[in-house]
Amino acid sequence: MTTTEHVDHTDHAAHDEGGHKPNSFYIKVAAALAFITGIEVALYYLDLGSWYLPILLVLMLIKFLTVVSLFMHLKYDNKMFAMLFYSGLILAILVYVAALMTFRFFDGS
Amino acid sequence: MSDATLAGTPAVVDHPADDHAGGGHAGHMATTTGLSNNKLAMWLFLGSECLLFGGLISTYMLYRGRHTGSAGPAQLWDIPLTSVSSFVLLMSSLTMVLAVSAAQQRDDRLTRIWLSVTALLGSTFVGAQVYEFTSFYHEGVGFTTSLFSSSFFTLTGFHGIHVTVGIIMLMSLVGIISRSDVPGDKAEVVELIGLYWHFVDIVWIVIFTLVYLIPA
Repeated sequence: MTTTEHVDHTDHAAHDEGGHKPNSFYIKVAAALAFITGIEVALYYLDLGSWYLPILLVLMLIKFLTVVSLFMHLKYDNKMFAMLFYSGLILAILVYVAALMTFRFFDGS
Repeated sequence: MSDATLAGTPAVVDHPADDHAGGGHAGHMATTTGLSNNKLAMWLFLGSECLLFGGLISTYMLYRGRHTGSAGPAQLWDIPLTSVSSFVLLMSSLTMVLAVSAAQQRDDRLTRIWLSVTALLGSTFVGAQVYEFTSFYHEGVGFTTSLFSSSFFTLTGFHGIHVTVGIIMLMSLVGIISRSDVPGDKAEVVELIGLYWHFVDIVWIVIFTLVYLIPA
């Protein structure tokens, strides 16, 4: 009754279909990320005025979500993992936006 | 319910149909959630790390204008150097995901190679950061010079420590794989360290934009 039941399946092909793509896919994603980084740096030297900040933030968000979804496989993995990670992330954003707004409101008062 | 479960002994089971969705690998221990506890713990840890870096980034954003004279971000930043080091760290995420892929294909040799390349790229990044810190110090900007410098060194220093810890984990893993002494599922161990490494990369993606590219 104390024996350990061990059923090992070596069908990795089925596993790979779920979330792990061929290496060429990751290389293309990395090339896209590098390209976006290049755009970010180019924008730094250009004068885009009020468009600079929102464009930069959108590019940052695209890079962030691409790494999290594709390299960290969160897009294909169990939703529980995504919930744990994004809970921490959203909580951090809410807490610190509130903190920064508080400092701004009371600054110089 | 199996006999092993009735006896209180954890059963090692695997369900290929929902294996990936469960976040597990072949031969992982059965858990109450059906998910790998190690992976669950790693994601929980990374979620909590968001709060740590959120605090450090917020503090920097608050104090980045608090500096004296010419020792501010606009005078100190070396954007070409930081861009190259950002690119290097981004590419280390690629080599890390290739290491995870090789581990899942049970190719130990390729796994060790990609892990070593990742560690090398990480070391290059840390080297660039040390160079940057040294040049700031020579320009008269130390940790206690101003609120700006304190918050900057704390934020980027914490990130640098995380990268360094990641490099130590990578090199340790290379050694453990070489001795074929990996406890549990090898592919999952590589994946867990990969998750940590990618997290360090995404934190830098945010730092690079908010700290370096957005003018104070």
